[in-house]
Amino acid sequence: MNSHDSKGIPHTTPRQSATFTQDVNSDIRRAAATGIYDIRGGGAKRKVPSFDDLLFMGASISRYPLEGYREKCETSVTIGGLHASNPIELDIPITIAGMSFGALSGPAKEALGRGASAAGTSTTTGDGGMTPEERGHSSKLVYQYLPSRYGMNPNDLRKADAIEIVVGQGAKPGGGGMLLGQKISDRVAEMRNLPKGIDQRSACRHPDWTGPDDLEIKILELREITGWKVPIYVKVAGARPYYDTTLAVKAGADAVVLDGMQGGTAATQDVFIEHVGLPTLAIVRPAVQALQDLGMHRKVQLILSGGIRSGADVAKAMALGADAVAIGTAALIALGDNDPKWESEYNKLGTTAGAYDDWHEGMDPAGITTQDPDLMARFDPIEGGRRLKNYLKVMTLEAQTIARACGKNHLHNLEPEDLVALTMEAAAMARVPLAGTEWYPGKPGTGY
Amino acid sequence: MCGIVGLFLKDKSLEPQLGNMLTDMLITMTDRGPDSAGIAIYGDDSDNSMKFTVQSDTPESDFETLAKDLGDALGQTVQVEVNSTHAVLIVPAKEADSIRATLASIRPNVRVMSRGQTLEIYKEVGLPKDVAARFGLSGMHGTHGIGHTRMATESAVTTMGAHPFNTGDDQCLVHNGSLSNHNSLRRKLRREGIHIETENDTEVGAAYLTWKMREGASLGEALESALDDLDGFFTFVVGTKDGFGVVRDPIACKPAVMAETDQYVAFGSEYRALVNLPGIEDARVWEPEPATVYFWSHDSAPTTKEKAA
Amino acid sequence: MQTLDLQEIGLREVNATLHAQAENTNQTAWEIVNPKGAHAIACGLDAPIEVTVRGSTGYYCAGMNQQATVNIAGSAGPGTGENIMSGKIVIEGDASQYLGATGHGGMIVVKGNASSRCGISMKGVNIVVQGNIGHMSAFMGQSGNLVVCGDAGDALGDSCYEARFFVRGSVKSLGADCVKKEMRPEHLELLKSLLDEAGIDADPSEFTRYGSARNLYNFDVDNAGAY
Repeated sequence: MNSHDSKGIPHTTPRQSATFTQDVNSDIRRAAATGIYDIRGGGAKRKVPSFDDLLFMGASISRYPLEGYREKCETSVTIGGLHASNPIELDIPITIAGMSFGALSGPAKEALGRGASAAGTSTTTGDGGMTPEERGHSSKLVYQYLPSRYGMNPNDLRKADAIEIVVGQGAKPGGGGMLLGQKISDRVAEMRNLPKGIDQRSACRHPDWTGPDDLEIKILELREITGWKVPIYVKVAGARPYYDTTLAVKAGADAVVLDGMQGGTAATQDVFIEHVGLPTLAIVRPAVQALQDLGMHRKVQLILSGGIRSGADVAKAMALGADAVAIGTAALIALGDNDPKWESEYNKLGTTAGAYDDWHEGMDPAGITTQDPDLMARFDPIEGGRRLKNYLKVMTLEAQTIARACGKNHLHNLEPEDLVALTMEAAAMARVPLAGTEWYPGKPGTGY
Repeated sequence: MCGIVGLFLKDKSLEPQLGNMLTDMLITMTDRGPDSAGIAIYGDDSDNSMKFTVQSDTPESDFETLAKDLGDALGQTVQVEVNSTHAVLIVPAKEADSIRATLASIRPNVRVMSRGQTLEIYKEVGLPKDVAARFGLSGMHGTHGIGHTRMATESAVTTMGAHPFNTGDDQCLVHNGSLSNHNSLRRKLRREGIHIETENDTEVGAAYLTWKMREGASLGEALESALDDLDGFFTFVVGTKDGFGVVRDPIACKPAVMAETDQYVAFGSEYRALVNLPGIEDARVWEPEPATVYFWSHDSAPTTKEKAA
Repeated sequence: MQTLDLQEIGLREVNATLHAQAENTNQTAWEIVNPKGAHAIACGLDAPIEVTVRGSTGYYCAGMNQQATVNIAGSAGPGTGENIMSGKIVIEGDASQYLGATGHGGMIVVKGNASSRCGISMKGVNIVVQGNIGHMSAFMGQSGNLVVCGDAGDALGDSCYEARFFVRGSVKSLGADCVKKEMRPEHLELLKSLLDEAGIDADPSEFTRYGSARNLYNFDVDNAGAY
């Protein structure tokens, strides 16, 4: 480029707008060309305050650590002992979040069951009912009860080890869904009582109840149908976590699943994913506060999800008061989703490994989020299960390593007082002091 | 999120039983609202005087010499009937407008629950059966009454957050549902000079009706315009000196069942609340339509709006 | 006939007793007395038994029913017969909102009126209502048949898929993507068999058929107002 024009006047440096960035401009061009909002999978991609902004202090003289390879650090957790005669006993506090058959292929669901079972934890169905494959390969299976009720039936309900009433998910609090028709294969269509190939619109509210007073009656019905045996979870999006947790407990939930905005989804409007909901970091303390105010902390379990990736995230979630976490996106990556080995195929789809999120289009090169028989054949459920088991075990070891360093013989003995924050935002959201200080914004009695 | 019950008597011979019947209905709705309970009862007409139901968290010290202190401040005779944490003040009608200010100066911790010629409101935190027993609700008599059991959603579990809310002389309102535009509406109504005590969404609904009626609307008209201006989910039951009304939002998700016989009109959030009423087996039982105002009145010449039912 | 007194033995005992009835039980006739509007009565049944509830019920009576016939000799509360799979529910009085929500199979008959959201998200159930139905009925109905001998309220069949609606009286308004359709001989035959099964005497030729226009089946921005 010339540094000056033909009259010798220097050009200014071309300047990109901070408002109209290249990303924004591409969004506008896409909307103008297609006349439909951008639908995608996955959770929020924008940077939000997260567990990365917290650090554990560890032990030195004032605190004593546990010896890494000799002194035991327990990881088990019991979920749903309050009202259910058969609570769920997990070896590790990391569960697999609900992902539907339909969004995922049958073999991918099987792999989740295999990996979770081998690691001693539970997996969860999704919007689309329970498949024999996942029931068969999951030693502990949580059955989601969703607004759409696709495939809902009392026989599967009674086969479940727990029931999760889904009120919302972190990617889209208050939203229903619209899954485009490409992925509605014969089998998916049959399970959902829908014609093949049409767009599937999911309602945002349950068809036969609204609000906590009705929810209490719905929980009663589900318990009567299943003989008061299995725990009933209530899953809510991170929106108003104090009140939603309070109301779920008052309605009779055995466990509350709380999903932050980084939590994934099969398909929803990008604008919803990026602009509605609260970061996972910001929802834990209000929910725990609600449980404490009700005298129900550790009696009704809190399962936190939304962008959990490592043993450090697990330990931080538990230190802030969660009883367990759930992973979705991380589990898919462990299975092989977005693997760079498919880079040339991602390029053909106009994207790159790590950024692929058009799961609803059914063309996943990794063969996980698809119903295409040729693509599905690329994915081996046994190998996928092994990889997931390894990943779950590594996360558990990481969390134990941190807990031991903080002097804890059980993961659930981690406390907020073991943490400090790196930023003011994280300090305020997690209600732990800014590193090196005794203070966090909003600390009672400090006047700020 | 709550349970609502209401009973409007047509048969005068049932009036001594009103409290008893309403109490049974109220307790049946405990599951829908275990946090607090309240009842509005339309009882004796106080000719040329006005009744204020007031509440105090320290009733012993606040109420002991209240009749004398208030009487001295007003230069009038004032009657005070204490009932647990509540007291009913009967004051000459012409003094009614100065009562709030006078009370605020001589008894700053005493809060006004209701004002009207026949209306009394009793409400407290706690299980409905305990609240009913505390005030002896089952022994009360009257022409009609409304009760509410509350499962708090986003506002505090306090006496002031309990329903019914008194909206204007002899008016009261209870609500099941949750309003989604109450914050902005509260700011607007406060700018209009309407007194709003709490951050509760229902109080905004009540205050909205007060505002509309201050601007000249009838209760029926105020309820009609509420259908446009209040966003969210609601089943409202309202009481006036002579009447009893019901309105549900256009989506009408929150439950409502009504029963009518020659003796009464009854409202319940669930049919369970109505099962012990006399003659319920032969009553006309139906669900109120969405976005429709229903109204019954003891007044022999109700307005067209009031006859909407 | 075996009699269960709900007020005396409680809901858990009533339902547990009915759940214990196996496929080939000899005790096929049951009655439940004193229901008094209680919730979740006779839900989750799965045996070829006949249960009569003597009075009015609360939420979710006969929810998720399989095989059983449940008669409600009174009016029924919200969500009655939700997610019914098979069998039959007969309501002598009126039905509250969400009747037969997401029902997959079987039949529900209402002798009186049904309230709003009747057959919401229905997935194969057949519902026959002798009286009227309320607003938003069969919202997102996927399959099955809704027969209304009286009138239908606002927004009938909004966003429906392949469910069919037969209405004898007036329809206050049709929901998005729901249209009037031709009544062909196979529909008259189907309607006759549904009315016969429901035990309701009505002339199929007096009904009008409604169903999906299928305009929302694949997204088009020019339909955005309907979403």
